[in-house]
Amino acid sequence: MKEKIEIRDHQREMRAFRLRLGLSAGFILFFFLLLVSRFFYLQVIQHEHFRTLAENNRISIVPITPNRGLILDRNGMVLARNFSAYTLEITPSKVKNLNKTIDELSKYVEISPSDKRRFRRLLDDSHSFESLPIRTRLKDEEVARFAVNNFRFPGVEIHARLFRQYPDGELTSPFLGYIGRINDDDLDKIDAAGDTANYKGTDYIGKMGIEQSFEKQLHGTTGFDQVEVDSSGREVRTLSRTPPISGDIVTLTIDSKLQEIAEKAFGDFRGALVAIDPNNGEILAFVSKPGFDPNLFVEGIDSQSWQALNNSPDKPLLNRALHAEYPPGSTFKPFMALAGLQLHARSPTDTISDPGYFELPGQSHHYRDWKPGGHGMVDLHKSIVVSCDTYYYGLANLLGIDKIHDFISQFGFGKKTGIDIGGELSGVLPSAEWKMKRYKQKWYAGDTIPVGIGQGYDLVTPLQLAFATSILASDGNAYKPHLVESVRNSKTGKIERTASAFLYKLGIDPNYLADVRSAMIDVTKPGGTAPRVGEGAPYEVAAKTGTAQVIGIKQGEKYVASNIQERYRDHALLIAYAPADHPRIALAILVENGGHGGTTAGPIARQLMDYYLLGKLPQEQVNQEKIDAPAD
Amino acid sequence: MHPLIRRLHRTLSNHIDSFLLICTMILISLGLAVLFSASDENLAKVGSQVVNIAVACVVMWAIANVPPHQLMRFALPLYVAGLVLLIGVALFGEISNGARRWLNLGITRIQPSELMKIAVPLMLAWYFDRHESALGLKNYAIAAAILLVPVLLIARQPDLGTAILIASSGFFVLFFAGLSWKILGGLFVSGLASLPILWSVLHDYQKKRLLTLIDPSQDPLGAGYHTIQSMIALGSGGPVGKGWLHGTQAHLDFLPEHTTDFIFAVFSEEFGLIGNLFLIFLYSLVIARGLSIAARAPTLFSRLMAGSITMTFFTYCFVNMGMVSGILPVVGVPLPLISYGGTSMVTMLLGFGILMSIHTHKKLVKT
Repeated sequence: MKEKIEIRDHQREMRAFRLRLGLSAGFILFFFLLLVSRFFYLQVIQHEHFRTLAENNRISIVPITPNRGLILDRNGMVLARNFSAYTLEITPSKVKNLNKTIDELSKYVEISPSDKRRFRRLLDDSHSFESLPIRTRLKDEEVARFAVNNFRFPGVEIHARLFRQYPDGELTSPFLGYIGRINDDDLDKIDAAGDTANYKGTDYIGKMGIEQSFEKQLHGTTGFDQVEVDSSGREVRTLSRTPPISGDIVTLTIDSKLQEIAEKAFGDFRGALVAIDPNNGEILAFVSKPGFDPNLFVEGIDSQSWQALNNSPDKPLLNRALHAEYPPGSTFKPFMALAGLQLHARSPTDTISDPGYFELPGQSHHYRDWKPGGHGMVDLHKSIVVSCDTYYYGLANLLGIDKIHDFISQFGFGKKTGIDIGGELSGVLPSAEWKMKRYKQKWYAGDTIPVGIGQGYDLVTPLQLAFATSILASDGNAYKPHLVESVRNSKTGKIERTASAFLYKLGIDPNYLADVRSAMIDVTKPGGTAPRVGEGAPYEVAAKTGTAQVIGIKQGEKYVASNIQERYRDHALLIAYAPADHPRIALAILVENGGHGGTTAGPIARQLMDYYLLGKLPQEQVNQEKIDAPAD
Repeated sequence: MHPLIRRLHRTLSNHIDSFLLICTMILISLGLAVLFSASDENLAKVGSQVVNIAVACVVMWAIANVPPHQLMRFALPLYVAGLVLLIGVALFGEISNGARRWLNLGITRIQPSELMKIAVPLMLAWYFDRHESALGLKNYAIAAAILLVPVLLIARQPDLGTAILIASSGFFVLFFAGLSWKILGGLFVSGLASLPILWSVLHDYQKKRLLTLIDPSQDPLGAGYHTIQSMIALGSGGPVGKGWLHGTQAHLDFLPEHTTDFIFAVFSEEFGLIGNLFLIFLYSLVIARGLSIAARAPTLFSRLMAGSITMTFFTYCFVNMGMVSGILPVVGVPLPLISYGGTSMVTMLLGFGILMSIHTHKKLVKT
């Protein structure tokens, strides 16, 4: 009985299932018929219409690439522009034998080995249906010679293309960056931003610096022609045209003359310099030495030049101002001094006795002062002028790491400044929490001591150091450092200035700021660590030198520069601002393996200030003789 | 014939449904011919598709040899693994083309949503089969949850095309399992009512695609480009087509994606309405075979799987051809057995392997 019901149920179930299968078949039939009627409509009823579109005269949408926006310096000097040139281009997928074609082509157009290498590299990075340049900037007679023989070379064409050019080359590469051919990663980004249509016909995109961060503004809006083409793809006539809109003109805060002076002043040294107007955060000069010629990247760099740049021990591709971290060394002391004053750990008149080293109670380790035997009795003023280490070892110990961290982070250490180009590192301003996160270790009292003199875990980028100096110079007003002054919208003609960069004002007693300032002024006077910076200047300069150790010196050993390989010598640092009473320029300089800050970085700072404040050009022959300044 | 060869032949063909195999092979050969034309006579590309096909055939053969009750065992682990991977994608996935679809496992990159195309119907069919004796409303509710969780995860990636395909494959299982007409009617009405809400949660690019469907000329360089160009390809193909290798739309690079999602436009341009009818006829044969296998399947599990696989295959065909001919918005759905690409080929033939397994193992189950 029970079984019967089950069987009947089973049969009923099967019937229901088959009914639904039958309905599905009807459903399929209906939708397939829908498709068939659609096909009938397109392929029979509308056939003539589409045939006209496709068979005789194909309507083709040809994108018109907009001119990329110019980049100007603060005085209107052109830093990045476009020029039009004929290029010989090959579409690899349309060419049967690439090597043979290139050999044949070189009979009509000069193709150098480096052109071939560059083309190989492009070939590896691109899709075979893209039209890739093998020679750029063809001469008129080359164009004519090829045009006559064009029919022999299917898949090879001459195009007039716009090229990006950076007239100042290496000088502007640290902040301008460069453009390069769009690769798959870029395409993904363009797709994600929904800009695919606007990049039809665009081959290049900003890869670094302003070119990258202001890509949207610089690129412009692609226009398009609706053209009729015949069955072989040749254009017959243009039906309608939507003109492209050029990219916006971006005006920078950089003073290119100042940039040039700074770059030259470095000579053969490696290093970085950032100069900021402390009244508004405008970056006046932004140097990373050695640099590279960004023009190499625009047309696609050949692998040999790329290897040379990439493997050079001088690391020309490293943006030292932005993407390199160094110990701030003694340039950290003015900030420590303010921390001590404002947090009431020491008053300006408190005096310590410096025996030449600092000891933690109950420990035998000597934290050495740079001056063997010490500086004697030292108060705040003297501690900055002679750059006494012992004073700051003790101060760091008094404050403790977390108070140091919380106070000094107000000057932007340990976090990104938010500059308007990418690639910035955030440096390290250590704290107990940071060490636990980074190394899973607790913070020891001994870790705090070297932080007081900008060593230990402390790391800054030259940009951060310049930002901190600008805050110091403007009595605690922080302005975000930025490179772009304004953007001129090509569509509306409206000039949009960068919004006020004011961030916050530090709550520091003006008297304390004045104390530190007067000490920093005396740094540039005889008896200070950087007398050459202030020597004979008609304005007053406030500065602080610094030295960053590249290798550790063992207990009881002595640092002797001449014994050490050049690459392991100390880095020289200098922060400065002038005129000291109403600062108009604040800067940070780092000279890799430059030894002492006052000696190598001092003259660079002075040349910049003389030009910026007085309009005075540096003498061509820079005095190379070294002045005996007290070591740091 | 040598007895060894005969034995080998028997081993190989024992669980293969020759009708389905022949239809499939005709479609695949047609696909290779179109691919040769669509890829500008690129033999290397055709060769790599042959490799894809070979791999997919091995998968099909292997699956066909696994009896359905063994297949059921994979349902739960496969589904759970797929779900874990999908959550992994949502948390750690790599972004490509603006969507988070890929998961990098160190050795290889995988797209878990592909796995779910099989795992979801498998899981649902297994679930219904387990509770066959007493199917209540509760079971349908749980089944709906099994279906909706992965679908929503995939829709969020966002990959609306795949989400719709998986949703429909799961829906077909529910439908064949006997979801009551009242609920079906209710779903239909509430579906219509929720259209405005659905519209508001769509991504901008998805809205754009729907709007350009109504008027492709609005955005000729952007979203409307695909549709305009593929409609020109179809229309200019006319009743008899321009002939193999003579389509101009694809060869002049007007057609985007002309070896993958838009390969039907190339086919249609070169073979015309006649070709389209032949293609639909072949697809109909495959579908008819699938439905007849479902009708004769002995267990609930095999009925549901066979029904769902067949209906999903139809959905692929319809959505792809509908998109190319401009009656559906552009979603990333390949034309089954024709489009270039290994993953979809393997998924399709894996499904056919299950169909064959169901068909050739039923006598064994009955006893």
